[in-house]
Amino acid sequence: MSRRDVPEIPSGSMADIAFMLLIFFLVATTMSTDSGIMRKLPPIAEQDQQDDIEIKERNVFVVLINSNNQLLVENQILNIKQLKEKAKEFIANKANLETLPEKKQVDIDLLGPTMVSKQVISLQNDRGTKYEMYIAVQNELTKAYNELRDEFSMGKWSKKYDNLSTEQQEAVRNLYPMRISESEPKNIGGK
Amino acid sequence: MAKFVKNTSKSQPAISTASLPDIVFMLLFFFMVSTSMRDSSMLVKITLPKASEIKKIEKKSLVSYVNVGPPTKAFQKIHGTEPKIQLNDQFATVEDIRQFISSERDAMNENDKPQMTTSLKVDRDTKMGIVTDIKQALRKASALKINYSTTKDVVLE
Repeated sequence: MSRRDVPEIPSGSMADIAFMLLIFFLVATTMSTDSGIMRKLPPIAEQDQQDDIEIKERNVFVVLINSNNQLLVENQILNIKQLKEKAKEFIANKANLETLPEKKQVDIDLLGPTMVSKQVISLQNDRGTKYEMYIAVQNELTKAYNELRDEFSMGKWSKKYDNLSTEQQEAVRNLYPMRISESEPKNIGGK
Repeated sequence: MAKFVKNTSKSQPAISTASLPDIVFMLLFFFMVSTSMRDSSMLVKITLPKASEIKKIEKKSLVSYVNVGPPTKAFQKIHGTEPKIQLNDQFATVEDIRQFISSERDAMNENDKPQMTTSLKVDRDTKMGIVTDIKQALRKASALKINYSTTKDVVLE
C-alpha cells in the first residue's frame, strides 16, 4: 500500500536564488563604518553677553594656520610633527613653569583635591587653509590630550583610558579637560 | 545492476553540492548583517583625510550627512570644479543647511533629538572657508554635535 506523500520541493535552484540575493546585497550595500573626530560647536552667543571673559595670556596656547598650511604655535614656526609634544608640555605643565598655564586646586571624585591646569588651546585658521591640514592639526591636538590621559591612567590604575570605568574616565577627563577654542577665521591669504 | 556499479566506479565521483546553498546563505547573512544600504549617490568626489584619534559613530540613524567636495565629472559642466555642498541627493548652498537640519530633526524621535550628530564628509583638498561657513550655519541651526569624517590612519604614529 503506497501512502501519498506530499512531493518534496526541489531544492536544486536554492543555491542560485541565494547567490542572486548575495550579489544584490553586495552591490546595494556599503561596508563603510563611519568614524571621525568628534567635536562640539559652541552655541551662538547671545546678543547681550558680548563681554569676553579675560583669560591670561600664559593660559592660552595659540595655534595659527595660514593659507599656505604653515603652523605658528606660540609665535614659533613649527612642524606638524612637533605640535603634539609642544601641546602636551603646555597642557600638563609638569614642571610648574611661570610661562605655562597656572593651576587651580579642584576636587575631583576618586582623585581628591588635584591641581588642574587652566589651559585653553586657541586654534585659528585662514579661509584658505586646506581641510587636510586643519584635520591634521585637530588630530595632533586630540592626540596630545589622549596621550596625557593614557599616561595618567596607566600610572594610577595601570590601565589605558579606554579601559577605565565610566567614573574613572570622568575623573581623568576632569583632570585634563579638552578645551579647544576656535576663533572666527580670518581671510588674509585670499581664497 | 552489476553493470551500473562498474560504470560509476570508473569515473570520478561528482563533488556533492548539497551544502552549497547553506554556504551561500551563510555568506548572504554575513553581508546582510555587516553592511548597510547605500543611501544616496554621490554627486561630489570626496577623498577623506586621514586621522588616528578617531571615534566610531554608534547610532547611524542619528546622523545626518553634509558632503562637501568638487562635483564629479558628470556635473562639472554645470557646476564647475569648485567644491560644492551636497545634502541628500542634490547640490545645495550654505543657506539650505538650516532647512536641512530642521527637517532631519523633525524626522527624529523626541528622545533622540539631543543626540543628533552631523557628519561632515569633506574632501581633503577643500579650503577651510566653505567648511567654516557650514560650521557657522550648523551653529545657527543649533546642531552642535559634529563629526569630521576621516579614515583610519595607522602609519601616522
